[in-house]
Amino acid sequence: MEINLNDVNILPWLIPAGPLLAFFIITLITNRSKMVPATSHEYGGHHPDYDGMPVHVGSNLGRVASIVVGMVGVVLALIISLNVVGQALSVSHLGEEVFQSSAVWMDTGDTTFNMGVLVDPFTTVMLVMVPIAVLAIFIYSIGYMAHDPRQARFFALISLFAGAMLTLVVADNLLLLFVGWEIMGLCSYMLIGFWFEKESAYKAAIKAFMTTRVADVIMLLGIAYLYAITGTLSFREILYNPEVLEQLATTPAIIFGGSAAALIGVFLIIGTIGKSAQFPLHVWLPDAMEGPTPVSAMIHAAAMVSAGIYAIIRMFPLLTAGADPHHGVFNAPLLLMSVVGAITAIFAATIAVAQNDVKRVLAYSTISQLGFMMAALGIGAYIAAAFHLITHAFFKALLFMASGSVIHGMEHGHHHAHEHGHHGHDEHETHDAHAGHDEHHETADAVFDPQDMMNMGGLRRTMPVTFWTFLIGGFSLAGFPLITAGFWSKDEILADAYYGLTHGYGPHALVFVLLALAAFLTAFYTMRQLGLTFWGEPRTEAARHASLGQGIVSLTMTIPLIMMAFFAITAGFVGVPEEFPIFGAIFSPEHNPFHHFMIETLPLNEATEAYANVPEMHVDAPPFNLIPVATSFLVALGGLYAGWLVYWRRPLQPGEEDPLIRLIGVEVHTTLRNKYYLDELYHAVFIVPSQWFSRAVVSEFIDRGIIDGFLHLIARVSIWIGDLFKVLNTWLIDGVGDGIPELIALFGRWFRRVQTGRVQQYLLFVAIAALLIGIIFAVSTGILQAAG
Amino acid sequence: MIEINAQSIAFLIFSIFVLGGGLGVVTTRNLIHGALFLVLSLFGVAGYFVLLAAPFLAAVQVLVYIGAIAILIVFAVMLTRSMTHLREALNNQWWLSALVGVLLFVFLTVGVILPVWGQGSAFMEQPVSEVVGTTADLGVALVDGNQFVLPFEVASILLTAAMIGAIVVARDDDK
Amino acid sequence: MTIPLWMYLVVAALLFCIGVYGVLARRNAVAILMAIELMLNAVNINLVAFWRYITPQMMNGQAFAAFVFVIAAAEAAVGLAIIISVYRSRRSVVVDDVNLLRW
Repeated sequence: MEINLNDVNILPWLIPAGPLLAFFIITLITNRSKMVPATSHEYGGHHPDYDGMPVHVGSNLGRVASIVVGMVGVVLALIISLNVVGQALSVSHLGEEVFQSSAVWMDTGDTTFNMGVLVDPFTTVMLVMVPIAVLAIFIYSIGYMAHDPRQARFFALISLFAGAMLTLVVADNLLLLFVGWEIMGLCSYMLIGFWFEKESAYKAAIKAFMTTRVADVIMLLGIAYLYAITGTLSFREILYNPEVLEQLATTPAIIFGGSAAALIGVFLIIGTIGKSAQFPLHVWLPDAMEGPTPVSAMIHAAAMVSAGIYAIIRMFPLLTAGADPHHGVFNAPLLLMSVVGAITAIFAATIAVAQNDVKRVLAYSTISQLGFMMAALGIGAYIAAAFHLITHAFFKALLFMASGSVIHGMEHGHHHAHEHGHHGHDEHETHDAHAGHDEHHETADAVFDPQDMMNMGGLRRTMPVTFWTFLIGGFSLAGFPLITAGFWSKDEILADAYYGLTHGYGPHALVFVLLALAAFLTAFYTMRQLGLTFWGEPRTEAARHASLGQGIVSLTMTIPLIMMAFFAITAGFVGVPEEFPIFGAIFSPEHNPFHHFMIETLPLNEATEAYANVPEMHVDAPPFNLIPVATSFLVALGGLYAGWLVYWRRPLQPGEEDPLIRLIGVEVHTTLRNKYYLDELYHAVFIVPSQWFSRAVVSEFIDRGIIDGFLHLIARVSIWIGDLFKVLNTWLIDGVGDGIPELIALFGRWFRRVQTGRVQQYLLFVAIAALLIGIIFAVSTGILQAAG
Repeated sequence: MIEINAQSIAFLIFSIFVLGGGLGVVTTRNLIHGALFLVLSLFGVAGYFVLLAAPFLAAVQVLVYIGAIAILIVFAVMLTRSMTHLREALNNQWWLSALVGVLLFVFLTVGVILPVWGQGSAFMEQPVSEVVGTTADLGVALVDGNQFVLPFEVASILLTAAMIGAIVVARDDDK
Repeated sequence: MTIPLWMYLVVAALLFCIGVYGVLARRNAVAILMAIELMLNAVNINLVAFWRYITPQMMNGQAFAAFVFVIAAAEAAVGLAIIISVYRSRRSVVVDDVNLLRW
């Protein structure tokens, strides 16, 4: 089989190859470590559990080599992706002439199962976003994790993660997508729990894994059912094929009623609810902030949570089979998505306003924005959801990285504040790079939380680049009109929702209202975060001295911010609606480029016409209406203004409590801050009974009682049988075995007395014997008879 | 019946010597007496030999048996003298031995001798030849290459060996 | 011949049996040897009697008897030598005492 690397159909195979190969090389070759005692400064931090033990610490050569390998891997992926994207954009109808290549994976009887790659318009768009975001995060990690003893391992894991995400993006069938999905789940576990010495970290990792696992199992059921009905999992064969869609829409599902398409759709959506942290399976995402910030950026912005939405967008034709969202006909999956998405959006936004941890706000913001995307899909705004996915990835990654810089700076400031007059730190104190990178050092005053926004303030002066990039990202998140990417994507969702609302479709109305509210809150909490962190005066000593310092570390941490900020502004301009005043003429002279490009992913209208249960998919964007635009302007600016009023006009003073508490009431605020007590509820309803069950039923009753009991019973029976055999052995076998020789010996002892040693006795016997023989002989030959 | 002539009377006398001597040998407690009884018995046997027209053997019997062996036995008795009188003559299986002896005799006589050579048997019909080999014939027989020269020589070697053996066995090792 | 063969044979048999009794029943080793001589003599009587009554022309019978003499002499010599040797080491000529080969 000829492999022509210039063939654009083959190139997509190589895209994930770079990072995956980097993972293997780092893990197997370049990740060199040495053993040091746990109290050494190289280990960083103080982990009392590990004191006195030798621990692994990466060697410097290994660290550098791993960084190089990781960077090479991701740069390779970026180069090849850009190549593929370039070629894809030059094809006029990419939707019909996709780049694809597949290989036989296994023979399943009379069919074969293929695995391969597919580049259609949606993949192309993802291939722009993912490698760029991942590259930025990799660069950021060089600096952020520079003092971590296990940086090489970190790079290995994020390489694997990137490889898995790219695999998922270029996959041409649902199974390969699922493989990438699961690998990312594993990586998220390992990365969230990267600082595994800390209890909250590893607990968070387990929580993330378990929660997504629940969803993944159901998703797998959906995949299996789909395969059972159609005999294939290839996207082109199912989703671009109206005949298969018709079949799925009309086949009744084996449980729950409804059509097979609906059931599969619901199951896949449940998978996404877990992976993309929608209500009610969102609980893992905030805790996942225990991982290093690059991980949060990657997992919760660019990659993993996007994967969930990606999967839904990918399977969109399946989800709409049997319904027509653009004309008000909804089926179960669409309804589920609209409701769950909308509820999640508003729910998470309300929690975010009451969080004090800078990363937690962003975590809930992510949940909320994913809710936006899911709601958009629920009302059929397929392209709007994809658009928002792309822009969100950029500005959320930016926000996370910027918050990481803030935290880094705060820690730095904390150490500086304490070195004046503090004794006993055994970490080496240089100015540009400090030890104790981990955000949870346990010094004597461990109460200080570098992530608490209440401890910050005034950071715009000492960390200007961070401030501006954070601002750009935050405004993009809030949807600041016209100049930020977030505005355009959010506006498109609202436009689609409004369009449906005017036609009286219920879900559209729900989505419109809730999403508008959520957008308002988004802008509010963004402004709050900006105000508490950067505006005003420093509220603690640490904030006063916060800075990233100079040198490679700070450089690698600011360059990605600038990169992402650029995209956070400009990424929106590919999706300007044509009829938008001024901007439409500039950016979308003939048609909305993004919309026009993306719509090709869906089957053509001519193809779907013939099938009653497959809706028309090439639907134009809703006509330009001023109301949704005005709403977008209103909620964004309104929220920002409200935030300005509360937190900027009169910045928070040290020791003051959050003014929001006064505004909404302390009980409401406490509920929001405690996340509606959902974690506690889950703990009580699911965790505690599970633990009880596993302890009392499985461990004690089944394992120790039944299984051990059974084994003990067997042991006892065996011992009893053994004793029985012992008795048999002693009496019977030994009896016989010893008895026979005894008898023989007895006989021998009795018989040997014949040997008296007296010759005359022997002779007597001889004589008697001779006599007897003679007599017998004589009698037998008749002589005696003749004589007698 | 048997006629009474010199031959039969001689036979009778010699029989008494033989059997009486024999009985005396096995019953006497005093071994010197036993030896003398043995001599008597041997003498009777010599007489038999005369009656049976084997004078040379009779002479040899007297010379060798009585003159050498019996004397040897007397020597042995003398040399083991402390034991001649003191003990019982018979061991504790004597009655069984007697029984065996009697039975053996009865069997031999009744079962073997009388049927084959006794009165009324086929043997008795045949006359006894009067042509008898002489002593000279015996001499020739003992040295004739086709007859008994080899056993004769071997017998002499045997005697030599026995003599040497007896000397060796009976030699007193102290000297 | 006046005396029939069977008489000689009977006497010889009787002498033999007396000898058997003596061998089996006497305690003294020398006495046993004397009884053995009796047995040998009985054999000789048999031999010569048979010679006389059956094949008097050939000297086989007498020759055989002569050899029996030789053997008897040799045996008596050796036997008595052994008895004397045993007497020297054990101070006893009672045969029952020579029972080292007992169990």
